[in-house]
Amino acid sequence: MTTVSNILASMDYGPAPEDARIVTDWLGQFPGGFGHFIGGAFTTPGETFEVQNPATGEAIARVSQGTPEDVAAAVAAARKAQPGWAALSGHERARHLYALARHVQQHARFLAVLETIDNGKPIRESRDIDVPLVARHFYHHAGWAEILDSEFPGARPHGVCGQIIPWNFPLLMLAWKVAPALAAGNTVVLKPAEYTPLTALAFAQIAAECGLPEGVLNIVTGDGATGAALVAAEGIDKIAFTGSTEVGRIIRRQTAGTGKPLTLELGGKSPFVVFADADLDAAVEGVVDAIWFNQGQVCCAGARILVAEAVAPRFEKKLAARMRTLRVGDPLDKNTDMGAIVHPVQLERIRALVAKGQAEGATLTQGEAPEGCFFPPTIAADVEPASTLATEEIFGPVATITTFRTPEDAVALANATRYGLAASIWSENVNLCLDVAAKVKAGVVWINSTNIFDAGAGFGGYRESGYGREGGREGMTAYLAHPRPAASRPEAEPDAPVATPGLASAGPGIDRTAKLYVGGKQARPDSGYVFAVPGGLAGLGNRKDIRNAVEAAHKVAGWGKTTGHNRAQVLYYLAENLSARAVEFEGRLASFGIARPAAKAEVDAAIRRCFWYAAQADKFDGAVHQTKTEHVTLAVPEPLGVIGIACPATQPLLGFVSLVLPAIAMGNSVVAIPSQAHPLAATDLYQVLDTSDLPGGVINIVTGERDALARTLADHDDVAAMWYFGTAAGAKMVEAASAGNLKQTWTEDGAARDWFGPAGQGREFLHRATQVKNIWVPYGE
Amino acid sequence: MPWSMFMTADRPPSLAHATPVHSNHARNPGIPLDVAMFEGHAVNRSAAERRAATLTTRRSVKKAYQAAWLLNAIRCVDLTTLAGDDTEGRVKRLCAKARQPLASHILEGLGLEALTVGAVCVYPTMVPHAVRALRGSGIPVASVATGFPAGLMPLHLRLEEIRWAVDQGADEIDIVITREHVMTQNWSALYDEVAAMREACGPAHLKAILATGDLSTLRNVHAASMVAMQAGADFIKTSTGKEGVNATLPVSLVMVRALREYGEITGHKIGFKPAGGMKSAKDAMAWQTLMKEELGRDWLEPDLFRFGASSMLGDIERQLEHHVTGRYAASHRHSPA
Repeated sequence: MTTVSNILASMDYGPAPEDARIVTDWLGQFPGGFGHFIGGAFTTPGETFEVQNPATGEAIARVSQGTPEDVAAAVAAARKAQPGWAALSGHERARHLYALARHVQQHARFLAVLETIDNGKPIRESRDIDVPLVARHFYHHAGWAEILDSEFPGARPHGVCGQIIPWNFPLLMLAWKVAPALAAGNTVVLKPAEYTPLTALAFAQIAAECGLPEGVLNIVTGDGATGAALVAAEGIDKIAFTGSTEVGRIIRRQTAGTGKPLTLELGGKSPFVVFADADLDAAVEGVVDAIWFNQGQVCCAGARILVAEAVAPRFEKKLAARMRTLRVGDPLDKNTDMGAIVHPVQLERIRALVAKGQAEGATLTQGEAPEGCFFPPTIAADVEPASTLATEEIFGPVATITTFRTPEDAVALANATRYGLAASIWSENVNLCLDVAAKVKAGVVWINSTNIFDAGAGFGGYRESGYGREGGREGMTAYLAHPRPAASRPEAEPDAPVATPGLASAGPGIDRTAKLYVGGKQARPDSGYVFAVPGGLAGLGNRKDIRNAVEAAHKVAGWGKTTGHNRAQVLYYLAENLSARAVEFEGRLASFGIARPAAKAEVDAAIRRCFWYAAQADKFDGAVHQTKTEHVTLAVPEPLGVIGIACPATQPLLGFVSLVLPAIAMGNSVVAIPSQAHPLAATDLYQVLDTSDLPGGVINIVTGERDALARTLADHDDVAAMWYFGTAAGAKMVEAASAGNLKQTWTEDGAARDWFGPAGQGREFLHRATQVKNIWVPYGE
Repeated sequence: MPWSMFMTADRPPSLAHATPVHSNHARNPGIPLDVAMFEGHAVNRSAAERRAATLTTRRSVKKAYQAAWLLNAIRCVDLTTLAGDDTEGRVKRLCAKARQPLASHILEGLGLEALTVGAVCVYPTMVPHAVRALRGSGIPVASVATGFPAGLMPLHLRLEEIRWAVDQGADEIDIVITREHVMTQNWSALYDEVAAMREACGPAHLKAILATGDLSTLRNVHAASMVAMQAGADFIKTSTGKEGVNATLPVSLVMVRALREYGEITGHKIGFKPAGGMKSAKDAMAWQTLMKEELGRDWLEPDLFRFGASSMLGDIERQLEHHVTGRYAASHRHSPA
């Protein structure tokens, strides 16, 4: 018998169960299962499937498997509601979002309990982390709705947004998707994850309770097939997906060429770097919050612990001791640190990966876990960088631990991954922390902290962790559109290059040979062929030239680190040298049949563009976000790295300059494919570039067949982004091929943009040329 | 040459003979001053605050368990009066409460026969009164000493004060450290002072009050904790109760981590006493959670854990009465401390 005296002897915590009765009563109100929430009401349930409480294996509800027809009905409802919703004033939409925030707070315990039953996460987390962040997200975006007109002049909503969310933070991911979409004036069709659809359905009821207009928010439940139907559905204007990199890649391929904007928040294998001078006890708690938070089912989980050799034994000992105090079990118990894995399928996946890791030589230190859908907290040592456990996203409570010798070592290990979502850095040395924060390839960097979130900061990844940001101003831009240039006549397929002799016409003066431009040197094309172009012959570039150009572009890593002022100096110098040879360039353009005044105007515009981007080079900067007290949250725009640029056929000088300059002004290096029709306008620039102190490799130019070269660039795993200005078919090809490493793409009809007009330059180019890194720096002494 | 070679002070004399205070653990004999154990040791305040904030939200103790934990808190209370207007009568009343901290119907309702507090803590001149009032109870008398609370008296007078209080029957001496030694990082002076006080205590246990509210940084708190333990402190204690800020969870976290580390290196178990500012049953639960999570079960016993508090007991008594009767309690129906 448990008496007070017995407990006094044991001093155990005892059970502290959260009462789930109100939630189970609610679930009992849907004996026939849940329908979808379309047009402001639940539909009659269709074919349903079972939803389980993973902690008990008990069936807690049935939800409908969304069919393409269900999706179409939801899209139609959203489409119908969208004009009215967008026509509301920002203030009116703000009132709706504010009401959602308030009602989430009022139903906070209900939502937390439901989330825990559905997902298996500990009630402490759903109660103290998930649901408060949901409310915070709606409050924050009520604000964006209110001030949208003044903060984003000229922007408009995309229309209907299709959103697909994962099972790890079901309601929070809903909030991240729905709040900015609605604030911007979009309407939404959202598909929650198959394992965890219930809080989305409860939220739909709450939205109805708040008086959100019918059709503004629609929820369609179902599995991956329903998600695929949503991506494919007619009438979706924007797609946002959070989930696995694998599915993200499929969506990228599926939407290629459709022109639908895409936000992808994908997987990660984030480093957790502990330097010798860190507060080791604090870092140990950091690991608890990193990989044992939400059973490790966190895309930004610090899954790779990198620890300085000097302190590794001490750190590992402390970590193992701390791990043993974690309580794994009933998620509804308030003393539970780690709850259930979301589903037996996921448990099997974790087990299989860990077994494979062991077979590869990993040594495990594990805590305890009860029978059932639970996995113990696990640390895997003796893991080589190339092994399964170090490279695969496990999505479970398993961290690898590896030692490093020097900060350079740590950065190299941290960046040895296909992903780039988050990083956590532990040291009391501010110089070291910020140095590593700058060098690590990650969209979110936490210094002496981990897994801190706020609606006011952007969240999202580099590399194969996806693109686009959620939260803050960065997140809002993903749900806003600006009028896109449209061509009266789309760019035509350029003539295939002809490499046989006899077609070129000799120009006046001494014969000039236009080679390729790679690493600051003129290079003969690998193919050994040239093709005839107006004004002479151009090198016929091929795959290997692209390979060489990308390598050269990577060798100038210092360009991105130099000051904006230094880059501006180079751009001004370019303008100076271009101006000195203006007449020559006018002549070249005129030789293409461009009228002299137009040729002069194009050269003048190119010179002005150099000045404009020189001006921006040291001014396009970041922000300090308003997030939590005693945290500096820096939003730093960083260059993407190497950008491939396929230039439009028209305006062969200005089109080239207008795309290349913003890219290099922001610190990127580029591999550019000039106008296939008139490449000599670009090859004439070699001497200008040579004389302007531009480091070799910042601009590389490969002439030849644009789409073949663009294909090689889009396929290239070491190219970070691809800008393509050409045909619709080429754009589709580039987008599909870019799915390989999930490089960012910018595609447009080559004839659409007037490079002379206001659309020819602007901050949009600079946004395209950068990605935002959010660095969290807590402070206090 | 490392600093520690200059700063190493003499080892304090061994105090192997039995002490009147019941303890399951051998006393900490101290070790030579070793600055390497704390110099350069990082303490990140933001992270400490984060851990402190979630410690209490990660654990919840309900019903009979909560009652037991509150009873345990009473076992660990150093029931304290440290007021300028303390009198023999006031101390006698406090000691009566120490002997019977709970009304008998509550105790019976909880199925317990007897319960006393951890100790009674008073000013030196009150020690004789407390000793008389507690005779036969087994409850130790603790005396503050060394020019409490500021401690800015000549060292020989402070040592004499300790000896006087011990001579009067004090079983435990709560000393205050010279904060100046921490501010100036004069670790050898701090070490020598505490070591001398430990010697003066003789068989009485020494609790070193760091006055963390005066120390400003958590690194100072960590360093002062280590020096006090190296010099032979049996307990480290946060506060006099007279500083602007007294016991806080982040400060306590840093101190218990320091004593854990000291224990790992030397094998000696050190006690911890948060003092000042803890007024509620909720506080009692929070600090016990801290002890159990960071140090383990052993540190929920009065030989390794004490609360320096006076008003906290009243709130605990009300909570326990509610547990027994199911009705919310009124403090005027309980005997005052």
